[in-house]
Amino acid sequence: MLVLLGIAVIVIGFVLRLNPLLVIAASALVTGWASGHAPLEILAAFGKAFNTNRFVTLIYIVLPVIGLLERHGLQERARALIASIRGATVGRLLILYLLFRQLTAAIGLTSIAGPAQSVRPLVAPMAVAAAEKQGEPEGGDRIAALAAATDNVGLFFGEDIFLAIGSILLMKGVLETYGIAVQPLDLSLWAIPTAIAAFLIHGFRLWRLDRALARR
Amino acid sequence: MIGYGFLYAVAGAMFAAFALLSAADRGNPRRWGNAGFYALISLSFIAGDRLGDLGNGVLVLGLVAIAGTGLMGRGAGPTTSAAQRRAEASRRGDRLFLPALVIPVVALLGSLPFLPPFKQSALGHAAAALVDPKQATLVALTCGVLLALAIGYAWLRPRLATPFAEGLRLMDGVGWAAILPQMLASLGAVFLLAQVGDVVGGIARLAIPDGSLIAAVAVYALGMAAFTMVMGNAFAAFPVMFAGVGMPILVRHYHGDPAVIAAIGMLAGFCGTLITPMAANFNLVPAALLDLKDKSAVIRAQIPTALPLLAANILLLYLLGFR
Repeated sequence: MLVLLGIAVIVIGFVLRLNPLLVIAASALVTGWASGHAPLEILAAFGKAFNTNRFVTLIYIVLPVIGLLERHGLQERARALIASIRGATVGRLLILYLLFRQLTAAIGLTSIAGPAQSVRPLVAPMAVAAAEKQGEPEGGDRIAALAAATDNVGLFFGEDIFLAIGSILLMKGVLETYGIAVQPLDLSLWAIPTAIAAFLIHGFRLWRLDRALARR
Repeated sequence: MIGYGFLYAVAGAMFAAFALLSAADRGNPRRWGNAGFYALISLSFIAGDRLGDLGNGVLVLGLVAIAGTGLMGRGAGPTTSAAQRRAEASRRGDRLFLPALVIPVVALLGSLPFLPPFKQSALGHAAAALVDPKQATLVALTCGVLLALAIGYAWLRPRLATPFAEGLRLMDGVGWAAILPQMLASLGAVFLLAQVGDVVGGIARLAIPDGSLIAAVAVYALGMAAFTMVMGNAFAAFPVMFAGVGMPILVRHYHGDPAVIAAIGMLAGFCGTLITPMAANFNLVPAALLDLKDKSAVIRAQIPTALPLLAANILLLYLLGFR
């Protein structure tokens, strides 16, 4: 039971808002100590795992391409594409954004949208304006919060369909330690049923929001 | 045979470029921290296999020391203004999406020869002779990136260093968080060595009635979500719950399909990410960015989606995992 101390270190570290890399290193040392391993032994085990898991960090090789395209207006073009979609109720707007976010994340474009890039400048103001037109009282948090939530749901349940996202590569790595070889495509295909369920559940909530606002 | 060596050489070269550009970036008050961080990652990619386990451990300590003592900043490399970008966006139109789409399309097409029905064909055998089948997707993805970069150079005519300077701008935004997933995966390995998964799994298994598959599936999925809530990240929970319940019970005992158990289990963990303040970057940062009065407003907006979706994942695991 003593080895659970490592988990406690993680929790305390996050509560105290320490740098997560520092917290992880401390947790590894504490876990090693609690299970009777010498610090150098744990350092070597950690280093070995870090080396075999390098492919998790491989995905950043896309950044020069994305950065170059952003320099020439990729984000502006993506925004114009979303902004050109008219017929604005808050529910429809966020359902479309949910679909957009899931589909683009599914082809690996996870960073063309996000809280800073798209939700704050674009989606949240548009959603709030649409909702207020439908009778939502001004000054509340809930529509803006829902816009941020829609971004997260779209990202989480779209990105795992992409072949080379970190979580897929992590699963591949873990399965390999048990001698099970799987292709990233095997894992990413099995993310599709949950992606559909997420779209249906969150989309249903957004559709009901439109109905509730219409009844006011 | 093309495999990890090729992939890591590309990544190592890119991080080396990031390190050099950081060192030259006088607009970043902490440029040496960034340069050192990227140089260590580059070293890991290029020479990791020759450093030895302890050497790699020391390399990690170097990364943690730089990130943990706040030695990293954000660069201020010159880029285009918002007005210039709007002008270019309307001039270049939707063609701007094409180079970005080349990457996933090549990754997908390059993976196809390694999958049935192409696997058994002459094309499949030729591909398997050329590329390590275990790394097929990553090799294809890397080729897609190189192709997209070549298209970008030919079409947009940037200077040689410009794509890397722009990439560095994005990389600095991610900062030390870039290696967080790799660090959490490594912590998972230490947890495995210390048999934390056995302890957590033992606690979880106490909750499973004998012979009930649906209960075992529920404990696995709920445990994944709960452990994700504690750790703030499904990446940390996955190795533990997979070792504790997924592998011994769902795969070995009930003969579940490992790919399904892993993939949907991870997504059950993502439901936990939606409802925990530990996942600060997804739940607290947006609330701050949007100036919300209630800092947990985003989490509260996500609970009514996360809980039914968790139930849906349990059902999907049960229905798809044991065909």
